[in-house]
Amino acid sequence: MYKILTKKELSQGVLLFELEAPRIAKKAEPGQFVIVRTDEEGERVPLTIADFDRAKGTITIIFQEVGASTKQLGSFCEGDSILDLVGPLGKKTHIEKMGNVICIGGGIGVAPIYPIARGMKQAGNHVISIMGARNKDILILEEEMNAVNDEVYITTDDGSKGHKGFVTDQLKMLIDSGMEISTVIAIGPVVMMRSVAETTRPYGIKTLVSLNPIMVDGTGMCGGCRVQVGDESKFACVDGPEFDAHQVDFAGLMSRQRMYKTQEAAHECHCANQAKKQGGDCQCHSH
Amino acid sequence: MSLSLTKHAMPEQEPKVRARNFDEVTLGYSKETAMAEAERCLNCKKPLCRQGCPVEIDIPAFISHVKEGKFEEALTEIKSVNSLPAVCGRVCPQEEQCEKHCILAKRGESVAIGRLERFVADYSMGQGETIQPIEYAPDAQKVAIIGSGPAGLAAAGDLAKFGYQVTIFEALHTAGGVLSYGIPEFRLPKDKIVKTEIDNLCKIGVKIEVNSVVGKLVTIDELMEEEGFDSVFIATGAGLPHFMRIPGENLNGVYAANEFLTRCNLMKAYKFPNHATPLHVGKNVAVVGGGNVAMDAARTALRLGAEHVYIVYRRSEAELPARLEEVHHAKDEGIDFKLLNNPVAVVGDEQGWVKGLKCIQMELGEPDASGRRRPVAIEGSEFELAVDTVVIAIGQGPNPLVQSTTPGLETNKHGNIIADEETGATSKPGVFAGGDIVTGAATVILAMGAGKKAAVAIDQYLKEKRA
Ligand SMILES: Cc1cc2nc3c(=O)[nH]c(=O)nc-3n(C[C@H](O)[C@H](O)[C@H](O)COP(=O)(O)OP(=O)(O)OC[C@H]3O[C@@H](n4cnc5c(N)ncnc54)[C@H](O)[C@@H]3O)c2cc1C
Ligand SMILES: Cc1cc2nc3c(=O)[nH]c(=O)nc-3n(C[C@H](O)[C@H](O)[C@H](O)COP(=O)(O)OP(=O)(O)OC[C@H]3O[C@@H](n4cnc5c(N)ncnc54)[C@H](O)[C@@H]3O)c2cc1C
Ligand code: SF4
Ligand code: SF4
Ligand code: FES
Repeated sequence: MYKILTKKELSQGVLLFELEAPRIAKKAEPGQFVIVRTDEEGERVPLTIADFDRAKGTITIIFQEVGASTKQLGSFCEGDSILDLVGPLGKKTHIEKMGNVICIGGGIGVAPIYPIARGMKQAGNHVISIMGARNKDILILEEEMNAVNDEVYITTDDGSKGHKGFVTDQLKMLIDSGMEISTVIAIGPVVMMRSVAETTRPYGIKTLVSLNPIMVDGTGMCGGCRVQVGDESKFACVDGPEFDAHQVDFAGLMSRQRMYKTQEAAHECHCANQAKKQGGDCQCHSH
Repeated sequence: MSLSLTKHAMPEQEPKVRARNFDEVTLGYSKETAMAEAERCLNCKKPLCRQGCPVEIDIPAFISHVKEGKFEEALTEIKSVNSLPAVCGRVCPQEEQCEKHCILAKRGESVAIGRLERFVADYSMGQGETIQPIEYAPDAQKVAIIGSGPAGLAAAGDLAKFGYQVTIFEALHTAGGVLSYGIPEFRLPKDKIVKTEIDNLCKIGVKIEVNSVVGKLVTIDELMEEEGFDSVFIATGAGLPHFMRIPGENLNGVYAANEFLTRCNLMKAYKFPNHATPLHVGKNVAVVGGGNVAMDAARTALRLGAEHVYIVYRRSEAELPARLEEVHHAKDEGIDFKLLNNPVAVVGDEQGWVKGLKCIQMELGEPDASGRRRPVAIEGSEFELAVDTVVIAIGQGPNPLVQSTTPGLETNKHGNIIADEETGATSKPGVFAGGDIVTGAATVILAMGAGKKAAVAIDQYLKEKRA
């Protein structure tokens, strides 16, 4: 069992948990993820390690309540324990001094980009981050990002904060300013990552994206997380989750992410009904 | 009384009924049937059956006990060499092993050794077998086992009995390896059999740390240098699914058998939505392959509501590598065998979902390296099976996680760990390996055998180390 030491709501439906996990904290590196399972009936849910504290023996996850399993996780309180936590999984981000690095986080993607930006800064890079959100209310980790970056740009779809527009508009401006960019790392919704890839492709700027296909085990055993990268089929959980953005088949990824749409809706509906019947939380999960 | 040339029939659920539930297919012998079947054994002076059993159970000895109704003695006899009889009695390919060599098989059917073994194990479980915890010496040496499949469990049991403190590190949230995530409930009940066996191991003092991916959470060097383990046994199995590398394999609705079975067995998708993990089973399902994994996937698909399930296999019936009993059961349940056919492409619709499997017909040519006749494509014989789910069960390779994070550990060209056949010793001092990670995908009993041999060798190694 893994105890939730802190629970915070960062914005509507976006939660932060600090979890007691000394062994994982000891090994965690930027770019890696964990898999959580709340209880006996729960799904295995992959979530990026948004932060870790080796001394304290904790890791932080930040997640958006999008469906039944993330809502179930969100219903846990400070002091509760989740049943299973496994990690650190996936390859760590390759961090070294390379010059100007641009980190792009869209929506909840700011959470996984944060430790990468921090690592890049510690390695001696000039780190520029672009944070994008639909509006200012759902921007997360602004303070934390300001603390570890040399420059931070904010874009919102509605202009309620920072530049009105998309992260790619800001990226284009930076590219056009003529600065030497050694790497761009983008994490966020697949459409955003695809736009970033298309923005940098003509300039041949090295671009990495962190992919989030549907996973089960996270150890390379099931093959469910496979994505087409160049002419190879890769397992995102062990070969990734980061890949060369210019090689990724984003359309295929999006299609596979929709594979369980009907079942996901049915499950949410089932949980909502259970909740209504029994007053309170869905009782089919035993926590 | 002349002895029957056939085995006593195994009571089983009606095919039509069982094809729609996950309860165990075979129900097991009653006490009376077991004793009657035991009577068929001739108690041979030179029991050929034993040569066929990879762990050389004293088959006539345990069967003699059954004849006399001394089931506990029978169990003790079996358990002296096989710690998982309830599992082996169910899943060993007996027709290739012990029963193949039984003298009775020359004239009729062999003694039903597997069924008797299962009976003995189940009987004692029903009687509430008592397990004594082992008292460890305060300075007992520590052994780490990576992976909790049959190889790891067998080694753990023996090492604990030798007096070592054993910790198993398991990547998944449930122990058991393929016994838990691969072989379905209807063939090997999880709570009743697998969990009971694992709980018994914990009762004697074996520690199991689930959710621990070795190579990620901790490396073998760290276990030995920082955490005080004196020896390590690697039993990580053959968990890496092979794909066919044909067009359309990433379409929605195409699964590796590992994923299909893991979702169902480990994640209990058959209880969706009470269990949260979904599984897509279409109306028409094609399972590619002819081994146990393929049979399990096909029969699982049927139980999850598929209307028509095909097995697509490129060789003929005689070459099907699955256990004979599984092939019979699959046929009785209505699985449609498309033999001598090979998939060439998965066909998708505009939404990115599978709508067909394009196959080509095969014929058998000259024998290949495996001694089996090589299947050759018949030109121009392509056709399309209309299916909305495809499950690929053409084999698994070794997962490289441990090998790639353990300097000094030698592997062969397939990525399997190189280990001595008799001892399991690897190129790295103090590190042993066995089971599917060494041999490639094989059988439960071979993996257990490897675990037992390694336990003996580790005992030897640790005694020398201490001296
Ligand atoms: C490596 C990785 C890191 C991730 N990091 C984060 C993170 O830091 N914060 C965060 O909020 N989300 C993260 N995700 C996504 C998160 O796992 C999904 O949002 C979650 O699984 C949705 O489950 P649900 O039941 O609540 O929603 P559902 O209604 O079941 O699904 C909503 C969508 O989530 C995706 N999804 C569903 N099941 C899975 C699954 N088992 N594995 C992966 N995706 C799935 C599907 O695309 C689906 O359409 C990450 C995913 C991966 C693969
Ligand atoms: C669907 C299916 C049906 C089968 N049917 C039969 C049958 O009827 N009869 C028969 O005899 N054989 C059958 N087999 C084969 C048999 O199950 C295997 O040969 C046997 O389980 C191998 O045992 P093992 O201990 O080597 O590995 P496994 O059973 O594969 O166990 C390996 C364990 O190691 C864990 N692991 C892997 N990597 C790590 C890591 N880095 N850190 C920690 N843990 C790790 C895995 O999660 C797993 O739990 C079947 C196999 C499958 C897949
Ligand atoms: S362990 Fe397997 S091979 Fe050995 S006697 Fe039992 S069923 Fe036969
Ligand atoms: S060979 Fe057959 S008949 Fe002879 S001892 Fe073995 S099981 Fe009995
Ligand atoms: S999640 Fe199973 S192989 Fe990646």
